[in-house]
Amino acid sequence: MALRLPRKDVVIIGLGWTGSILAHELLQAGLDVVAIERGPWRDTATDFLISYAQDELRYRLQHDLFLRPSQITVTFRNNAGQTALPVRSWGAFMLGNGAGGAGVHWNGETWRFLPTDFVLRSHLTQRYGADFLPADMTIQDWGVTFDELEPHYDRFEYLCGTSGTAGNLQGKIQEGGNPFEGPRSRPYPTPALKQGYGHALFAQAARELGYKPFPQPAGNLSQLYTNPLGVTLGQCTYCGFCEWFGCANYSKSSPQTTILPVLVRNANFEARTYCEVTRINLDRSGKWATGVTYADASGTEYEQPADLVILCAFQLFNVQLLLLSGIGKPYDPASGEGQIGRNFTHQTLSSALGFFDKDKYNFNPFVAAGAIGMCIDEFNGDNFDHGPLGFVGGGYIGQVQTNGRPIETTAVPPGTPAWGSKWKEALRDNYLSTVNCGAACHGSFYSYRDVYLDLDPTYKDRFGRPLLRMTIDFHDNELKMSAYLTDKYAEILARMGAKQVVKQPRKGPYDVTQYQTSHLCGGAVMGDNPGNSALNRYLQSWDVPNLFVQGASAFPQNAGYNPTGTVGALAFWSAAAIRSQYLKKPGPLVQA
Amino acid sequence: MMRGLLLGVVMTFSAAGAALAAGVDRQDFSQIERGHYLAIVGDCAACHTLPGSGHEMAGGRAIETPFGELMAPNITPDPQTGIGAWTDEEFIDALTKGTGRGVARLYPAMPYTYYTKLTRDDALAIRAYLNTVPAVSNPVQADQLPFPFDMRWTMAVWDQLFFKPGPFHPNANKSAEWNRGAYLAEGLAHCGMCHTPKNVLGGDKTGERLKGYALQGWFAPDITNDPRRGLGGWSVDDVVAYLKTGHNRTGAATGPMSETLNLSTSHMSDPDLKAIAVYLKDQAGPQPDPPPAPDRAMMTTGAKIYADECSSCHTPDGKGIPGLVPALNGSPAVQQVDPTTLLRVVLRGARSVGTAPAPTAAAMPQFGWILTDDQVAAVLTYIRNAWGNAAPPVSAGAVGKARQSFVERSD
Repeated sequence: MALRLPRKDVVIIGLGWTGSILAHELLQAGLDVVAIERGPWRDTATDFLISYAQDELRYRLQHDLFLRPSQITVTFRNNAGQTALPVRSWGAFMLGNGAGGAGVHWNGETWRFLPTDFVLRSHLTQRYGADFLPADMTIQDWGVTFDELEPHYDRFEYLCGTSGTAGNLQGKIQEGGNPFEGPRSRPYPTPALKQGYGHALFAQAARELGYKPFPQPAGNLSQLYTNPLGVTLGQCTYCGFCEWFGCANYSKSSPQTTILPVLVRNANFEARTYCEVTRINLDRSGKWATGVTYADASGTEYEQPADLVILCAFQLFNVQLLLLSGIGKPYDPASGEGQIGRNFTHQTLSSALGFFDKDKYNFNPFVAAGAIGMCIDEFNGDNFDHGPLGFVGGGYIGQVQTNGRPIETTAVPPGTPAWGSKWKEALRDNYLSTVNCGAACHGSFYSYRDVYLDLDPTYKDRFGRPLLRMTIDFHDNELKMSAYLTDKYAEILARMGAKQVVKQPRKGPYDVTQYQTSHLCGGAVMGDNPGNSALNRYLQSWDVPNLFVQGASAFPQNAGYNPTGTVGALAFWSAAAIRSQYLKKPGPLVQA
Repeated sequence: MMRGLLLGVVMTFSAAGAALAAGVDRQDFSQIERGHYLAIVGDCAACHTLPGSGHEMAGGRAIETPFGELMAPNITPDPQTGIGAWTDEEFIDALTKGTGRGVARLYPAMPYTYYTKLTRDDALAIRAYLNTVPAVSNPVQADQLPFPFDMRWTMAVWDQLFFKPGPFHPNANKSAEWNRGAYLAEGLAHCGMCHTPKNVLGGDKTGERLKGYALQGWFAPDITNDPRRGLGGWSVDDVVAYLKTGHNRTGAATGPMSETLNLSTSHMSDPDLKAIAVYLKDQAGPQPDPPPAPDRAMMTTGAKIYADECSSCHTPDGKGIPGLVPALNGSPAVQQVDPTTLLRVVLRGARSVGTAPAPTAAAMPQFGWILTDDQVAAVLTYIRNAWGNAAPPVSAGAVGKARQSFVERSD
């Protein structure tokens, strides 16, 4: 029997980016907020010491910052004909843990999606006809537009101090920025990062080929910045230890460096770490949340009643908690009915290695940052004519090499032995003169009827709850898109002067052991009616109106960008609706 | 039970009677509000409120002194265990003369040596405020000192030696602002309590007022206008920003000053902070002898360690990052004669204070686990003498001793 605790106004499940943003916004509204976080408290100077933060073995290889699969994991299969098995070591994606969530270990790429991304099905149908889309592709409009989200993208970027060059200021295209981006109301809060030689060379080659390269928008700050909450971030030192690592330098945008210092000063805020929510509780009607049940590290169960429940866990665990709590109807791929688990997506990454003459090129790849790089957007979204190509979607292409870390960044030309003196010689010859970025073609992943999440029938966690089961594979549309983007990228590498280009387009089947970003999306998507979505346009559950579900689980499909900027914008958008509408009249904000 | 209750009622009445007799209006809100502000300036809560207890002014916090620990008493209006039964005269005497009801002498951990400068009006305003805090029954055994310091009567002798009672006398040659600053800094705000060197018996070394003093495992720095060690390199605005937010262009507060900021100075009015800054920046103090030139080998080693371990945050030229990483170049904190604070910060790490206007509270990680005594000595000697800085070298032996003393500290 769980111990029943005193009521709070708001309970937040998970204290990552969205949990921190919602906590702050709702504290500002005068509410009493408790955040329940599965992992530890994390703090820059205590946990990411400058003297050992750059430990590739500990953080990159041994996954020190991540959730331990023995605590909770997922099962995986490519299709419904297979039996899913538990993931026992993270591979395709990394799951953050503790205060700050994935905002601790991300690279810092802070993109906005394209205006057409938010009205994807309408736009593509209008341009190419309904028959152009594969029959089993289940992409849809978001129920919110770019213009509606713009002020909230702006708030997130100014919270983060994002470094970049505007490409479209209030409709006016700006030299040096991304000409394809939606109109932004004002410039980035800080100027773009300085770029390395390899990045600059890419920009030059791209320009020669007629593209319009621009610096990647970065949550690694180009200069000292104090955000609107009064929290100060430092200038990036280009150490090249961002993704997988906590920033020891206060220069990567993360909840630690932007919001948590303010939250901890607020007497109405409480964070309970090492506490895992096991269930969202509903009243007898099943249509109203009464709070959550959680277990602390000793396994003791508590019931935390609250008026408002904000689900801010990672995408996978948002979906799992909804399924375990009996909220919404589980998705059934056979009938296509049910919303929880539907439209699960990831990202379609591909790349190419560029080997350059070591006597002429020295890229100093170790001088880098998580979101450094020069990109082009000519092949993203629907910025190009898909008519003759036979696929939809795309991605940004860029020289976005984020590091020259000694264990991981060891590309050698094909044919080199995998070990021994020949390998060492090849590594020595190529380390400084190779362009090696894993995410050069950052392709979209659209949604399909047979890619989904549900509860595993066999495997259970330590509480006896079924694990979440992923059923996911690449479809021809994505593989064609990836091949096309990879060719374009390879052309630019050749133009840069590479003596050898090795293309690495994404190939199926989806491999859960091979890293391809942590950008898992969907499963509890937003939309304009309960027939196509779990959440309304404000991220409010159609089924339980005092439950809001934040994060990328709301994406109906994934665009050709990193998701964090849009996750942040949606969090501010949702918080604004709660503050301006919901709190005045608790209930559904959109009538079904 | 009944008798105890009756006694309480009687005592409460008598206290009220005494207050009325002294002409204090218990509902005079402006006086209560002023008293609240003065209690903040005097930082009463630092000792008299046990952090986390939720009981304002109810005492019970251990006060560390070189002679042992004292337990701060309950100063809520509770008649039995607090000061509810005290007359206003008794209260004023305690503040300004170091006498207490029922005890011969207060220990000078209570800064009556500073509060003696208080005006009677200000003392009564503080009393008026203290009358409004919730009465808490919390008996505190204040006397925890070992022999011979447990003999309170000896404090009469101490007072004879080190205590100059008497109100504040304005200096007619100085501005009203300067005099306000002096009244606060030398009186209620009792800056010298930490920042003035003490003799072996804990009395202020009056010839070295505000020149810095080691206590509680830190070194409260020189706050005269000394160009190197004191406030000489800071403008009045820098001092005000520091006291208001804990941070300024080059420096950040940490250690016990964090608590003083949170409880006291960050809540003080801008004119009062400016007055204190004007006063402190007019204090010259004696100039210490220039330190000897540092050992060249030590400087070379220190420079290398600095480049490897320190420069990415503190920057190669030691100028730091405003609002985030304190400057070492020209830093008074770095050039104090006594390196205790530096040793502490390097060996144990330290968090800068977070305040509402400057919430970041960036921290210095600890290096005690990675640097040997020799290495700490070298890098500290280096930063104390690089970029035009000058301060006595730090020896490996001093690092070892400090390392041991910090291990033994609970805070």
